[in-house]
Amino acid sequence: MSAPVLFVIVGKNEPLFEAEIDTHSSVGAPGQNDLSTRQNYFVLHSALDLVEKSAWTTNSMYLRVVDKVNHQQVSTFLTAANVKFMLLHGGKGEEVVKNFFNEVYGYYVKLSMNPFYKYDTPITSKAFEARVRAAARAYLS
Amino acid sequence: VELCPISPLSFSPKQAICAMSRSSSSILDRPLGRSAGRSPDGSVVSLSAFAYVYSELVQYHQGRAASISELERRLESAGYGVGLKVLEMTAYRAKETKRETRLMSILHFVSASVWKALFGKAADSLERSIDHTDEFMIIDYEPLASTFVSVPPDLGQLSADAYVSGIIAGVLDGAGFSARVTAHSVTVEEGEYTKQGGNSMPGLPPRKDKAVFLVKFSPEVLSRDAALER
Repeated sequence: MSAPVLFVIVGKNEPLFEAEIDTHSSVGAPGQNDLSTRQNYFVLHSALDLVEKSAWTTNSMYLRVVDKVNHQQVSTFLTAANVKFMLLHGGKGEEVVKNFFNEVYGYYVKLSMNPFYKYDTPITSKAFEARVRAAARAYLS
Repeated sequence: VELCPISPLSFSPKQAICAMSRSSSSILDRPLGRSAGRSPDGSVVSLSAFAYVYSELVQYHQGRAASISELERRLESAGYGVGLKVLEMTAYRAKETKRETRLMSILHFVSASVWKALFGKAADSLERSIDHTDEFMIIDYEPLASTFVSVPPDLGQLSADAYVSGIIAGVLDGAGFSARVTAHSVTVEEGEYTKQGGNSMPGLPPRKDKAVFLVKFSPEVLSRDAALER
């Protein structure tokens, strides 16, 4: 029944990781129709300006909902090195989204400890993707 | 640059550096440790292991650098990547989900938390320059990287702690406060510093030089910080 959630990790210049996660199906995300997918990406990227604006006004990492479009909300989490985790969702609770972000934050820090991972480059690890999807299913459904 | 390690010292628990262990399971499963500055099983890296690897690093770059400043730049860029990772790791281990947005707080974060995570103790002092409002100094009386390094006179002002200034620059840049960080070796005045609790490096004479890390922030960082003040 629910629309899939879109999770994107954005570095300084470009997205580092993208995943469209259908939290209600038992397999990975099936193809959604192209138009709404593109729209979702557009909404997320246009919310980046708002994230930048509020990044310097608060010193907490979890920025809550930064933008609301139609029935969808964009929640954001900022790491210490200003890497942005953004989630486009249809109104999940604050606590739920915060826990999801914290779990992904843990995976991200572990990934960045890898000497072969260069900071601010796209994340290609399959293990990371699998864990993000599992966390999304665990927390966001 | 010569290196004279005395004997393989087994390091003292105070000189802890973040250790990364190899494993056959995915790194995403290994615990990251939630106490600031320590790996989860309390293991630390030996000082002599670091000193040997560091000496190789310096010799490698010296062979490829054409000038003193190029050698310094190479050491700094070697430390930069470490700084980015140390920032994320230390912030995560500190447990609070807070980032630093103000100049003074990021400097405190560097001189206290990052120093503890890397060297086992906080930096000895943090000062602000009187002549220039955009310059700050972090002072360490026992800089780790240059412990076993003696700089020959033809290398002039080179400080072996350029690697550490690269780490600091990486931490500051990652957090959004771009800065130019340089390391300087300054002679300690008589009576300026008395060690509490005995020599932390048993078997070695007390250090005659302290390391001063000069941090010069870019203008946009200062103007942003001033705007936040209001």
